[in-house]
Amino acid sequence: MSAGETATGAGPRRARWLLWLPLCAFGLVLAVVLWGLWRPADRTVYSAMVGKPLPEFTLPAIAPGKPGVSSADFRRGTPRLLNVFASWCVPCVAEAPQLLTLRAAGVPIDAVAIKDTPADVAAFLQRHGDPYASVGSDPHSRLQLALGSSGVPETFVVDGQGVIRLQHVGDIRADDVPALLRALAEARSPR
Amino acid sequence: MTAETGLVALWLAAALALAQLVLGALALKPGADAARAAPTVRAVATVQGALALVAMAALIAAFLASDMSVALVAANSHSMKPWLYKFAGAWGNHEGSMLLWVTILGLAGAAVARLEHRLRADTLVATLAAQATIALGFYAFLLFASNPFARLDPAPADGAGLNPLLQDPGLAFHPPTLYAGYVGLSVAFSFAVGALVTRDVGTGFARAMRPWVLGAWIFLTLGITAGSYWAYYELGWGGWWFWDPVENASLMPWLAATALLHSVSVLATRDGLRAWTVMLAVVAFSMSMIGTFLVRSGILTSVHAFAVDPRRGAFILALLVIYIGGALLLFGLRIGTVRQGKLFEAVSREGALVANNLLLTVILGIVLIGTFYPIVAAAMGVQLSVGPPFFDSTAGPVALLLVAVLAAGPVMRWRRDEAGEVAQRLFPAIAATLFAGVGAFVLGGPIAPLPLLGIALGVGLAVASVAPLAKRDLRRAPLQLWGMVVAHLGVAVALIGMAASTAYTQERLVAVGTGDPARVAGFTVRLEGVRPLVGDNWTALEGRLAVTLDDAPVAVLRPQVRYFTTPVTTTNESAILTRWDGQLYAVLGTLGEDGRWQLRLWWKPMVTLIWFGGFLIALGGALALVGHQWRLWRQRRRADDLAEATAWGAA
Repeated sequence: MSAGETATGAGPRRARWLLWLPLCAFGLVLAVVLWGLWRPADRTVYSAMVGKPLPEFTLPAIAPGKPGVSSADFRRGTPRLLNVFASWCVPCVAEAPQLLTLRAAGVPIDAVAIKDTPADVAAFLQRHGDPYASVGSDPHSRLQLALGSSGVPETFVVDGQGVIRLQHVGDIRADDVPALLRALAEARSPR
Repeated sequence: MTAETGLVALWLAAALALAQLVLGALALKPGADAARAAPTVRAVATVQGALALVAMAALIAAFLASDMSVALVAANSHSMKPWLYKFAGAWGNHEGSMLLWVTILGLAGAAVARLEHRLRADTLVATLAAQATIALGFYAFLLFASNPFARLDPAPADGAGLNPLLQDPGLAFHPPTLYAGYVGLSVAFSFAVGALVTRDVGTGFARAMRPWVLGAWIFLTLGITAGSYWAYYELGWGGWWFWDPVENASLMPWLAATALLHSVSVLATRDGLRAWTVMLAVVAFSMSMIGTFLVRSGILTSVHAFAVDPRRGAFILALLVIYIGGALLLFGLRIGTVRQGKLFEAVSREGALVANNLLLTVILGIVLIGTFYPIVAAAMGVQLSVGPPFFDSTAGPVALLLVAVLAAGPVMRWRRDEAGEVAQRLFPAIAATLFAGVGAFVLGGPIAPLPLLGIALGVGLAVASVAPLAKRDLRRAPLQLWGMVVAHLGVAVALIGMAASTAYTQERLVAVGTGDPARVAGFTVRLEGVRPLVGDNWTALEGRLAVTLDDAPVAVLRPQVRYFTTPVTTTNESAILTRWDGQLYAVLGTLGEDGRWQLRLWWKPMVTLIWFGGFLIALGGALALVGHQWRLWRQRRRADDLAEATAWGAA
């Protein structure tokens, strides 16, 4: 019995190919690494949910005079934006004017407030404008995680059948607006 | 001038490394006399190591003097910084840490040149030549792609400051310790290459290599343990291991070195596992180099990635191809000509050690795949990250299996043993495992299977690890045996700490006003106030938390939010109360608009055992190292005495 030596492939005649296994493994690692090194460095975390239906959810209302959000709202035939935001988030302030522009262009926008309080949301909407049709409260980031969103703000284009068509990571800048409008127009036609 | 001195020393060291390589190669030519060349090669290696040290000292001097005309100092230091961080800041950046890397590489080579007298002359020369080859590549990397001594003209008035996360006494000790381990493994690599070149793989080679492996492994263990504790209190997340690529980069060499440590013992005492030992020696340092590449190339995102530059990555990659590829090629070509070692039964100490090696290798494979998988996935167009859920559920069970083997191995006999007798010897340990498992299940409340197994096996291993001392005269037990017992006990202690803190940690996130109590695990924490504070190069808000347990005051915790100006950064300084049965960990968050402070509290039972266990593992290694060297010294002295007596007898 020679458990040790066969396992190591050191037998003089047996399993000589085993001796080249480490070199092959290293070659494999090398190929992977070479590819990784030449890849353009994009560190944005995109959701795996793009192209898939929204997860089922019903979030309670958090903004005064506005209903909460549920996944059923997104299956009424019109494309909508789902904006993931928080009153404590600075880039959310930066994107507020662009959301108002989109609203003015007739885009219905629903929002999910992450880890927020009614008072804070009300103050935020009063100060920075209110583009939302409805605002749901997600105090423990549950929906955010289910959406595959890695931070605030993020905006999802959802078509009339409740399928996520596009994810916008980070705040919406002025030059992002046309692209979002285009995505919404495309979302109107079935895939 | 200091910077130029350093640069000249670096160039000279590179030249000497080249000389060392050429001299070694010439001495190994057929017909050449390696024994005659050995003293010269030894001398060159010593001076080369000394020159690398001079370069490192010059960089440290430039940092201490805040010489802002040196680009590296200007980019990473600031004249207002406390001196300790000026000193340690020398390696808190890409160029400086690479210089530290080659300095330790050079010093390791010098140490081999000075201290190694057991190796055959030709194998020694080949080893030193291999060490010089590695050094040469990394000198070239520094000189051509990462010059730490580059000047700025005109010099800026002051520097940009050091990343505040690194402004911690930990920076002074963690990188040098870890690097001593990482790079110390280069010696094992060079030994393996040397032995392959001269076809000298046997017990003598293993005995000579063992202390070097042991030494590097001790440093690596200490480095990882200290790094884990540093991340735990400095990053303020309350976690002690994040499966971050850079942590994995230090874990992989450790796993390989641990396997090597055990297989080299088999080779030294039983002359088995020849090919495997050589393989592991190559793999261990290869993992160090791959780790360096991972960190330095910025190929993976990580909290440690303070230098991201694909060109540097490409350079290190080329070095990896030469060294790892070359060594593995040599292995494939030569190892077939190495005579097979001694054989053994499956149920035996060797068998258990082979199982230990295979399991460690499996874990190493899992960590390697998990670390590289994001790149593979990206190549296939999928973005993902691999985190604790993957590693915990794959490496965890294998590690527990390893713990079971670890408990059994030391009570087994060499060559062959009876399974029934082994079970008998393990009876107390098996009983303790069951007892602890049932106890934790019944008394401890709901618990996931993995932590439960961890606690049970940890207690069992603690009992099993002292079993080799049973029925022995403790005063006469060799130090190596004590080393093994202490190290294995350390594994048990760390495992219990990991499992218990995972299972029973309690966390509270609360918003509190002054005077409001927050409760966690029986403690009442009351925010008494928040006051501003001024440090050397930061200002802070410090919370004063009065901690009471059963209405009796226990301690006052003072977590801080620190604001650094150069560069502008905020860090959370956690406050930790250490008790015998765990730690209360407090982090001060932000002030809400309602005037209440966010406060995050954790009670982490047994968590200190993790690092205490890590320390015990390293201590065990140190005992074994001293034990082996002591025996060697005694043997040599006895031989000398004998020679002297013979000489007297002759006279």
